[in-house]
Amino acid sequence: MLNRISTYFYLRPKVVLALMLLPPMLWFLVVYIGSLITMLINSFFYLDGFTGKVIHEFTLRTYIKLFDPINLQIFGRTTLMAASVTLACIIIAFPLSYFMARFASQRMKTFLYLAVTLPLWSSYVVRVYSWKLILAQEGIISWFARLIHLDWLLQLYLNLPGVGGPSLSISATGIFIVFVYIWLPYMIIPIQTALERVPKSLLEASGDLGATPAQTFRTVLLPLAFPGVVAGSIFTFSLTLGDFIVPQLFGNSSFYIGKAVLTYQGTSGNIPLAAAFTMGPIIIMIVYLLIARRLGAFDAL
Amino acid sequence: MSASVAIEFKNVSRIFSVKQEDQSGDVKAVENVSLQIRDGEFFSLLGPSGSGKTTSLRMIAGFDRPTSGQILLYGQDVSSLPPYERDVNTVFQDYALFPHMTVGENVAYGLMIKKVSKIECEKRVDDMMDLVQLTGFAGRKPSQLSGGQRQRVALARALINHPKVLLLDEPLGALDLKLRQQMQIELKFIQQRVGITFIFVTHDQEEALTMSDRIAVFNHGRIEQIGTPAEIYEHPITQFVAGFVGVSNLVSGEVAKRITGSDVKFSVRPEKIHLGMLGDKPEADTFIAEGKVRDVIYLGLYTRYLVELDGGGDLVVVEQNLKTTSMDVMQARGQLVRLFWKKEHISYMGD
Amino acid sequence: MPSKNSSQSGGERAAWPLKFGAVGAILFLHVPLWLIFLYAFTTEESAYTFPPPGLTLKWIPQALANPAMQSALYLSIRVAFLATITALVLGTLAAAAVYRYDFFGKESVSFMLILPLALPGIVTGIAMRSAISLIHIPFSFWTIVIGHATFCVVVVYNNVLARFRRSSNSMIEASMDLGANSFQTFWHIVLPNIGTALLAGAILAFSLSFDEVIVTTFTAGNQQTLPIWIFSQMLKPRNRPITNVTAMLVVLITALPILFAQRIVAGSSDSEGGSK
Repeated sequence: MLNRISTYFYLRPKVVLALMLLPPMLWFLVVYIGSLITMLINSFFYLDGFTGKVIHEFTLRTYIKLFDPINLQIFGRTTLMAASVTLACIIIAFPLSYFMARFASQRMKTFLYLAVTLPLWSSYVVRVYSWKLILAQEGIISWFARLIHLDWLLQLYLNLPGVGGPSLSISATGIFIVFVYIWLPYMIIPIQTALERVPKSLLEASGDLGATPAQTFRTVLLPLAFPGVVAGSIFTFSLTLGDFIVPQLFGNSSFYIGKAVLTYQGTSGNIPLAAAFTMGPIIIMIVYLLIARRLGAFDAL
Repeated sequence: MSASVAIEFKNVSRIFSVKQEDQSGDVKAVENVSLQIRDGEFFSLLGPSGSGKTTSLRMIAGFDRPTSGQILLYGQDVSSLPPYERDVNTVFQDYALFPHMTVGENVAYGLMIKKVSKIECEKRVDDMMDLVQLTGFAGRKPSQLSGGQRQRVALARALINHPKVLLLDEPLGALDLKLRQQMQIELKFIQQRVGITFIFVTHDQEEALTMSDRIAVFNHGRIEQIGTPAEIYEHPITQFVAGFVGVSNLVSGEVAKRITGSDVKFSVRPEKIHLGMLGDKPEADTFIAEGKVRDVIYLGLYTRYLVELDGGGDLVVVEQNLKTTSMDVMQARGQLVRLFWKKEHISYMGD
Repeated sequence: MPSKNSSQSGGERAAWPLKFGAVGAILFLHVPLWLIFLYAFTTEESAYTFPPPGLTLKWIPQALANPAMQSALYLSIRVAFLATITALVLGTLAAAAVYRYDFFGKESVSFMLILPLALPGIVTGIAMRSAISLIHIPFSFWTIVIGHATFCVVVVYNNVLARFRRSSNSMIEASMDLGANSFQTFWHIVLPNIGTALLAGAILAFSLSFDEVIVTTFTAGNQQTLPIWIFSQMLKPRNRPITNVTAMLVVLITALPILFAQRIVAGSSDSEGGSK
């Protein structure tokens, strides 16, 4: 009997394919793509300011709202934050990635790989929480600053407009540090993968031809690592754009995209504006991905 | 159909439709192939990669089905039977051993599926392990075996069901030369012991010549020639076969006419040509050509001469180094020579 | 390091600052996690003073007995369990289809599956929130599960597909050739071979779901999963010691299985590497 059924399907591979493909595709088309479409639809509705109800009527006025100076500022601030976080991640990740790819023994490499990915899989909220402990006014950073008698410098820094705040745990600097910490593994892995693919002979050839190590690094290694850097930056950039937890916990009153979206949909029930707002990071990311593809970043994934 | 035919192809074609960015269309992997393989034969499908030999084998196994035509197994049409309903087993190119099972479990797999009793199962596994000379290896994992040993396990696993036909898909390809030669002899021996029809796919002409009772030479999805190793070698009927199996001199046009009197293209094997002095007299039924030795390559067992014919064209001649030494043969360079070969040693090319 | 001596000749000079940078990055990634463990034992109730004025074990039983924490933990486990089961089924089916067959749009399957994880979480979140509001689905346990399952599919898919690609192509054919029908082949050959990949994928999916906070914020309504509960505790700290202990607990629940998953994946790739 089972043989019969098996043979029926064996002779009809297309039926089998359909049976295998249908459930996941249906799920994704309905649940995911469907949701994205409703988001798109919602972004063309608007919230009636008097009744507080969403009016189901095609309009562009929600999108026009995005161009309010205050909203443009939010986009600008978030993009700037994403860019600085990405840059910092590259700078911190590179030595470790380079060490992993070139110098570490196989055992060491396995260990380091685990050391990099483990935080990635440990709880995101808790990792954020740990910085609440570190950056607090009475926390380890202030303690350390007092220990080396540099607490006046920390205070001076916190008084700076733009980056400072009442304490590190309520400042743009705090947001920046936590973002770098949270997304760093996403940068290390692709760079390491890209560097791994650079054949050793290439570096030796460069040395042979008379390049100093610094020249080799700049003219051979860096260009070859570049696709990895771009791949990593896709993650750090995209994740920073869409996060609201960190700005919520470490920020003051200045909004970031994620926090704005959360606030609009939550407290004010303005889902159309939240949806339209989300188009911002989507468009920024699409542009970013197109550029990244041009630069060959997808070969390093 | 007479019972002595194990496998018969009746006008079998297999067409794949290819959809790619740069090209789309049909690829005829196997095109209108008809073929009979006799019971108990060691039959080789020989050809370059992409010639259709592996597709043909897969269609016999049931992994693939003909687009048109029929495949008969002892007279029964099996064209649309799934693999598990065909009394045919396969030794795969990569062996395809199940990594999560021991060697013994691998070999017993077919019996386990058939729900053969444990006692009989054990006995038959032991017999098989003896046959392939792996007695005592049943408890190991495939990953603990060498390439040659895995090969034997794959063979034992495929033979344990006593299939009517055993298919071997380039099973020796991954082995090094020494081991391969040893396995060639052993395979032949095992085939004679079990008396099962073996169908052997290979791209190695020497391997095919060594082992087969008969060979089918494939090219571009078609069969160029079927015959015994001697027939294929001595009398290739197409230019492809002459070039693919062994080394051949191909002569055509004016040059052919000067030698044979007709401009029909023909081939002659280098070792059939006798290298003589200008004045030497030919025996009866011999073709003659004259020329100058342009190049001499000493290869130990034999020497290869490249002779530039007077009327244009080159012939490669191979002579065993029976009495000569390297010093002697090198003297031949630049000499004028006369070449003889028996008329029966040439094959006229149909195409 | 022996490999270094044998292969590097001119690189010795660069090694010190490089090592320093590498060690620094690793410490940067790990020290904060150690602090979580330290603070779970601090005697202090209302601040994050460093160094802790004293150490105590008394918060652990208190935290474990906290009803709000308990119900959040329970909800998270149920959600993660169901999301993982769903992801296992959908991810394995998709991986099998992509591995076994050629079909139109095959290349875009991976792309579509990874989208929920690759796009900023907020996009998935607000998209689902839009759907919920547009067709008036009430927030429930199920809305959380559906959201989580969607972004968990890809980790199962990736693990299973990678395993398929590493196993011998002809194993399935060999099984059928030896007389096993499709069902027997699946049971005796396919399942044992992808077993550890399924387990690893399931563990990753479970961790991913257990930990998720961004999408959940939009699909949960008023319910609190454990990460959301911690998040709310951070916003309005009411009971810091209990939050500290819970944070440690969450690290253990998510990180330990991952270590285990790494191990089984690495272990099985060793034995497969041998048979190639």
